Amino acid sequence: MSTHPTGPIQITSPPKNRGEVPKDDSMVLQKNMIAEHFRQLEEAPQTRTPVVYTFVPGNLTELVRSFGALPVLPEINALQSGMRGKSRDYIAEAERAGHSEDVCTYVKCDIGQALAGNIGPTGTKLPKPDLLLLSYTGCYTFMKWFELLREHYGCPTVFLQVPYQGDGRLAPEHRAYLMEQIRTEVIPALENVTGRKYDEDRLRHYLSLSRQAEDDLVAVLETAKRKPSPIDAYFGAVYYVGPIFSAFRGTEDGVRYYHELRREVEERARAGRGPITPDGPLDEQRYRLVVEGPPNWTNFREFWGMFTAEQAVVVASTYTKVGGVYEFGFRHDPEDPLGTMADYCGGCYTNLNLPSRVDMLAHYVKEYEADGFLINSIKSCNSFSAGQLLMLREVEKRTGLPGAFVESDLVDPRYFSAANIKNRLESYLQMIDARRQGVGA
Amino acid sequence: MSRQEIVSWARSCYEDVRFEKPRAWLADHPERRAVGHLPVYAPKEIVWACGMLPVGIYGGGDQVEIIRGDAYYQSYICHLPRSVIELALSGRLDFLSGVLFPSTCDVIRNLSGMWQLLYEKIYVRYLDLPQIADPDLATRFWERELKTLADDLSEISGIRASDDRLRAAITTYNEVRSTMRALYRARGEAPWRVPTEEVYLLLRAAEVTPPDEFLAQARAYLAAVEEDTSRPKDRCRVIVVGSFCEQPPLGLIKTIERAGCYIVGDDFLLGSRLNQQDIPVDGDPLHQLAASLVRGAARTSVLYDPDPEGKPRLMPQQVRESQADGVIFAAPSFCDPALLDRPMLRAGAEKAGIPCIAFQYSENTGQFQQYRDQAGTFSDSIKLWGGA
Repeated sequence: MSTHPTGPIQITSPPKNRGEVPKDDSMVLQKNMIAEHFRQLEEAPQTRTPVVYTFVPGNLTELVRSFGALPVLPEINALQSGMRGKSRDYIAEAERAGHSEDVCTYVKCDIGQALAGNIGPTGTKLPKPDLLLLSYTGCYTFMKWFELLREHYGCPTVFLQVPYQGDGRLAPEHRAYLMEQIRTEVIPALENVTGRKYDEDRLRHYLSLSRQAEDDLVAVLETAKRKPSPIDAYFGAVYYVGPIFSAFRGTEDGVRYYHELRREVEERARAGRGPITPDGPLDEQRYRLVVEGPPNWTNFREFWGMFTAEQAVVVASTYTKVGGVYEFGFRHDPEDPLGTMADYCGGCYTNLNLPSRVDMLAHYVKEYEADGFLINSIKSCNSFSAGQLLMLREVEKRTGLPGAFVESDLVDPRYFSAANIKNRLESYLQMIDARRQGVGA
Repeated sequence: MSRQEIVSWARSCYEDVRFEKPRAWLADHPERRAVGHLPVYAPKEIVWACGMLPVGIYGGGDQVEIIRGDAYYQSYICHLPRSVIELALSGRLDFLSGVLFPSTCDVIRNLSGMWQLLYEKIYVRYLDLPQIADPDLATRFWERELKTLADDLSEISGIRASDDRLRAAITTYNEVRSTMRALYRARGEAPWRVPTEEVYLLLRAAEVTPPDEFLAQARAYLAAVEEDTSRPKDRCRVIVVGSFCEQPPLGLIKTIERAGCYIVGDDFLLGSRLNQQDIPVDGDPLHQLAASLVRGAARTSVLYDPDPEGKPRLMPQQVRESQADGVIFAAPSFCDPALLDRPMLRAGAEKAGIPCIAFQYSENTGQFQQYRDQAGTFSDSIKLWGGA
């Protein structure tokens, strides 16, 4: 069951320009996969391929794919717009249409993009959704986002309510509630818009592919326990999680990508090499950090560069778990298709309560032998940001390490202050140095 | 008791940031317990059936100086949670045996986790309100959540929420809601006799007093209003939308009315009125509580609206029902539910030719001149030209 009609994506890279940082094969492969996906999306109206918009946390990509539909992830489009310098105009467009300065900039970027003709991040036109699959996983804004898109596109919406882990676990009755919703609401909605019947064998196949990719992803992320770390588990890992968070979980291409990525990373680990960064390899690593919160996308390379300039590598991050937490044992289970999707949705990082998030950060600091941890607090993301100052204190208390706190935004360039962030980061790293030398420890 | 005395009583409840009223209720019988809840909606019937007093926690308004609370929140998070934390850290909430955090937004949701970290011995419950379109499945989900809550609170209070106790509590809160509807009806019929300031103070009093005390005061108020012979003033009629969670300062409510806008519809303290109909007292009480919310809740930004036409139609419908002339969108700064909904609601209103204005506030806003100017101009434009 190939996931696209032209066969597996090839690793073909354009000739390198002088001075350009060499790209790993996995990076080229991912770029080609994304380009092919957007090409398929552009042609979807002609090929009559149904299109389902959904969100990264709690996405049911395998299920969507099993109906022959293509997923679109609006947050991915928004962050890509941020990285490509387009979000400022999109946000302005949305604010002119009456959206407040105070709300999520992903939403405004996406609305602005839709108002401006819905040209996707690769420059191709995105098709209208045939269905909005609103998986409500730990972010209130998602609900409003799809209510807004429903008004814009006038298409059907199906709501999957994912109960929050208020008590630090997915209660059995909540799991059963999720399964029942998938069975009685989501599947019929997909059958309706695609004209296909639910095919559980097909779904199981995709779930088994997910499992393979998840094994490789976990292996990749855990290489950061090595010294030097062969990966940057925040800035670098946002690329690593890209395929599995978006359209490629449960696909042959996804499996191939993670297999290739794992091979490369393990090779770097064996050679005692650090990650490839935009400023070159980071083999010498003075600081090992854990990071909480999403990155800023408008100044992504500049932000990353502040770390590499100080020879700081991120060894674990929570943001790379918003699309699924796999390192504590969860894998998609083809033997229990609906149950495993329920477990997946309930277990995403955004669906965890604050004590669980604190536990995870403290665990990372210890397991990855970090020198410290940093919180990048996002102005327009209450789901992440509300409570982070208390989390900072709790993690400090549990680990005995001081934490750092910087502020930026997702895709609104007006809220990125390079000087402020750089000053705080440098001061923080100096504090780590001072503690190493026994000053103020 | 005179009308002035009733309003003074309600004002004293509103200004009581040390929660002396619920403390006094607890002190009358040492075995009593109280449970707090954040906005918007909590099932008070269950708390009351367990012999506990439900206490609404709406922050410190403009009366509490924030000293410690600001250390817990970044500048871009709304004001309510920092004043709630201030109340807690200053010991003002230490009489509560538990706190309920409804799924109003991500900030209140995360505040539940903060409570778990800060107060390990206090019962904390996050209430995931039912959101899905299928009423039967949503009812089953919510009924199960209510059962868990009832069991937990029964254990804390030592008083089991039996079916009989639950039915009695439902009856009591049906009376509370019915009396609130009567207050709103009286205001809608003659807003010159029933200023929103007074109705609002009574509703705030209901958040911190036992239901029977509120009922006695509110009924006496309604009787007193009958004697009022005030004449209407030349003002327009507006509904205020977006103030369901963090509450506007009382001065802002007064400013809107004094600037020439009778408020004849609002979503202040919406949780206490979210159930729009009486809840049946026959059958299984938890099921009736659950089904009533799922099938009869007022449309609000904190609940998903499965009807694609729901948002565009909401303002025209509310304006029609209130016989209002326009809409004032008044939302707290950084309030995701209200601000994300506003473009949809406003578009629906404007498409129907309903005049609208919008502004933002914080619970501790102290300067009202800009609101006076906006509301005054809005009122003038409606009165002079029939539109903004």
